[in-house]
Amino acid sequence: MKDFVFHRPSTVAEAVAMLKARDDGKFLAGGQSLLPVLKLELAEPTDVISLAGVPGLRDIRVDGDRVIIGASCTHDQVARSAEVKAHLPALAALAHHIGDAQVRNRGTIGGSVAHADPAADYPAALIALGATIKTDRRTIAADDFFTGLFATALERDELIVAVHFPKATRAAYAKFAHRASKYAVVGVMVAETAAGVRVAVTGAAGVVFRVPAMEAALSKAFSASSLDGITVATDDLNSDSEASAEYRAHLIGVMAKRAVQACA
Amino acid sequence: MSGAEGIGASVRRKEDRRFLLGKGRYTDDIVLPDQSYAVFVRSPYAHAGITSIDTRAACEMPGVLAVLTGKDTVDAGLGGVPCGWLVKNKDGSNMVEPPHPSLAVDVARHVGDPVAMVIATSKAAARAAATAVAVDYDVRPAAGNLDTATAPGAPLVWDAAPGNICFDWHIGDPATTDAAFAKAAHVVEIELTNSRVAPNAMEPRAANGHFEASNDQYTLYTTSQNPHLTRLLLAAFTLHVPEHKLRVVAPDVGGGFGSKIFHYAEELLVLWASKKVGRPVKWTSERMEAFVTDAHGRDHHSKAQLAVDANGKFIGLRVATLANMGAYLSTFAPAVPTYLYATLLSGPYDFPAIYAEVKAIFTNTVAVDAYRGAGRPEAAYLLERLVDKAARQLGIDRIELRRKNLIQPSQFPYQTQVALQYDIGDYQATLDMALERNDHAHYEQRRQASAKRGKLRGFGISTYIEACGIAPSALVGALGARAGLYEAANVRVHPTGSVTVFTGTHSHGQGHETTFAQLIAERLGVSIQNVEIVHGDTDRIPFGMGTYGSRSAAVGGSAIVKALDKIVDKGKKIAAHLLEASVADIEFKDGQYRVVGTDRVKAFGEVAFAAYVPHNYPIDTVEPGLDESAFYDPKNFTFPGGTHLVEVEIDPDTGVVEVVDVTIADDVGVIINPMIVDGQAHGGLAQGIGQALYEEAVYDSEGQLANDSYLTYTMPRAADLPMFKVGNHVTACTHNPLGVKGVGETGAIGVPPAVIGAVLDALAPLGVTDISMPATPEKVWRAIQAAKAATGKKA
Repeated sequence: MKDFVFHRPSTVAEAVAMLKARDDGKFLAGGQSLLPVLKLELAEPTDVISLAGVPGLRDIRVDGDRVIIGASCTHDQVARSAEVKAHLPALAALAHHIGDAQVRNRGTIGGSVAHADPAADYPAALIALGATIKTDRRTIAADDFFTGLFATALERDELIVAVHFPKATRAAYAKFAHRASKYAVVGVMVAETAAGVRVAVTGAAGVVFRVPAMEAALSKAFSASSLDGITVATDDLNSDSEASAEYRAHLIGVMAKRAVQACA
Repeated sequence: MSGAEGIGASVRRKEDRRFLLGKGRYTDDIVLPDQSYAVFVRSPYAHAGITSIDTRAACEMPGVLAVLTGKDTVDAGLGGVPCGWLVKNKDGSNMVEPPHPSLAVDVARHVGDPVAMVIATSKAAARAAATAVAVDYDVRPAAGNLDTATAPGAPLVWDAAPGNICFDWHIGDPATTDAAFAKAAHVVEIELTNSRVAPNAMEPRAANGHFEASNDQYTLYTTSQNPHLTRLLLAAFTLHVPEHKLRVVAPDVGGGFGSKIFHYAEELLVLWASKKVGRPVKWTSERMEAFVTDAHGRDHHSKAQLAVDANGKFIGLRVATLANMGAYLSTFAPAVPTYLYATLLSGPYDFPAIYAEVKAIFTNTVAVDAYRGAGRPEAAYLLERLVDKAARQLGIDRIELRRKNLIQPSQFPYQTQVALQYDIGDYQATLDMALERNDHAHYEQRRQASAKRGKLRGFGISTYIEACGIAPSALVGALGARAGLYEAANVRVHPTGSVTVFTGTHSHGQGHETTFAQLIAERLGVSIQNVEIVHGDTDRIPFGMGTYGSRSAAVGGSAIVKALDKIVDKGKKIAAHLLEASVADIEFKDGQYRVVGTDRVKAFGEVAFAAYVPHNYPIDTVEPGLDESAFYDPKNFTFPGGTHLVEVEIDPDTGVVEVVDVTIADDVGVIINPMIVDGQAHGGLAQGIGQALYEEAVYDSEGQLANDSYLTYTMPRAADLPMFKVGNHVTACTHNPLGVKGVGETGAIGVPPAVIGAVLDALAPLGVTDISMPATPEKVWRAIQAAKAATGKKA
């Protein structure tokens, strides 16, 4: 790890200003993605700006038909939250299966969403539930947020402050975890909200994506058998030592059905 | 004694207090005054000429003390890293034994081959400077794995080894084996790979070398399983410094699994560099560095044929194996696929004829050497897979086929057709015990219950044998070992009756500080709290060969017992004097010397005190002091064995295999601490299941290791494993004083074929007949798809 200047701002505005003023600064949330990258010297920022001292980012609250999760909430906090369990149990369960206990105790929803790892679990939830991402300066729909591999709509110095999730009529996440890393090889979130049924897939490609054919079938009849015969093309799917594109395509079908069954 | 602390007592491990409190002292914890740090520049290519190395920029960087290259080692006259075992070809000629420079000279032969060594005042400075060393490589075609190395026209790792063949060796009798096949009613054939694994000890390797100019003394702190062997090799082959000027300390070591047996170049280099820079030099491996520099395990490809008569009796076995050596010959590499593998091919079965051929192959990969089981898992896997296949082909139940062929208790000592003579065992007893504890009689109900939940259940069995405590020295010498394989011990009784034991074995997870203390409690009646076991320091311990091959109790423990016998005998003479009786009338029991048949006694502590304060003492015939040493050279290997049963459930939709039951019955000889024996079994089973389902070090044809971190290399986790049911049936080893055999490797040897057997049993109804380790979800899913497609075609 190369040396860097460490900052600990106490407000969102101060954090954003600090990053804006540096050529190569990075926000540090739980550090579960950034620290390994620093250790491997895949990133060598001059300045690391910790969000640990910024108040107000660790709250979870219910506001009408929305569950609002502060960006610095750890996965463990989300998994154990009474509000999340009551209104979005699928999201609590998803958070409970991220990484391992150490990762869940440090990693945050804001950090994960901003990092946009293609195999992270949260993107599937954000897309399937139709979440919105609240930043220091605007609100971004999840559909517009994940733009590619480790790429998002965030500006360089933009900071996520919260994620707003609509409550769901029913939702479930089914994950086939990488046996070594515990990231999603394929993770499928199926959710029915006021906006309709959505099926979002993470881990399988360079960026989270929806499966319109499955959404249409489930909108007609919400049962696992509705998904029979629906396949996902392998063209854009990842292929690696853990799973070929063909296997991933198969797993999308299996995990989608399991998610539907778990919705019941 | 026995009882609370002696042989057979499950006392808690004395060493665990410091480990659990984080107070262990590992090599990397040792920081010497003026400590400097080394980082290696390593080849990113599997095979490349080194055209030039420009160290100037690196040398100029802040904190850099020296940048050393292969040329410097040549100029200094450093020796190459030696191989400790010479195997001969079929024609009697020697194997090809290429040089192994400590830093690559002219050519790098595997990814991770060290090319330059940067020494600086901090690790960060050394790392920064290492990136500034400019190496020009002339990348060459590589023999990246067994397939590419054995293909016609393959790139050569060594010009001196045509076809990349290190040796072409054999054992057994081809003529009697041919005759057996000629009259066989059935011949069963199998071809399989024993997958390559990286050792992954929790503590990465580290070495801290310190040259003290004041007395010309070198000290090496290192992560070693056998510090005396490392000192011997440093003295005789690599550093050329005599042993009296060389101290090797292996402090707490966090696991080895074989990978820390070997003498590695880094150990030599930190000592040499310390003298050069005038400061102690420490190197600590990083995890990704460990993946490409620690000696790996297994990596065999074999074809085998089994000849069976009309009654289902095995009458012959033929085996041809290719064994990957890597680019350089590691310390014991040639012994692993020969004397630790092919000699075990009779397994627990009565075979009248066996012939095995082994070709060792150089590849552009890191070395392959002993890894938990070392050769014996490869033998057990091949044999058990073959026996399972025979059962299916012949339509005989797998258990019955084994029963029909197991060596009977009345046949011991049993001379195999592949050199070994098994002294004792009762394979039927361990088979019966395992089946009973697994409640195998009700297996079918469990299978149906799994089926109701949509899962395919499978049952696997392995009846295996292994050989521990490789010995005797004269025999291994005749077979090519360049070292003896005895063990040494020194038992020092202090004046007030406490005891320090100096053992040449080394504990890096095995619990010797407890197990050996129990031997003292048993023999001398001294509480284990008053016993200290010292290991891992060549300046404190007379000599030793270290810990590997499950030898510590059988060989090291026996050496301690021999020394204890001397202590007890000397004490008798002292006690006889104190009790005014003849020595012949003194017995020693429960910590007391007694005149036989009387109540006249002297406690052991009183006798010890008299030995050091010899006021009333037989000084004319007995020297003062109570301090005895012994060397023990075993008469034979020991032969643990047993039965491992595994049940799995497979999710047919995803191919995920879940191990739902592991029941084993081992015969590891007399058990000193049952809890430690269970723990060793658990660890071995986890590693064996790891190989069967999760782990594999995958080198591509270019010699790049595809999975060199925990993001992609899958280690088994506790949550992946069921509660293990471990049983033991004891037959005492006939030729060592404790009757012990060894337990460190049994799990890793016995369980992989049982896991794969269970997977194939689960998939058999679908028509799947073969799967390779590790049985990953995609592999299982593909096997199911292929079998379905084949069945579909037939239908």
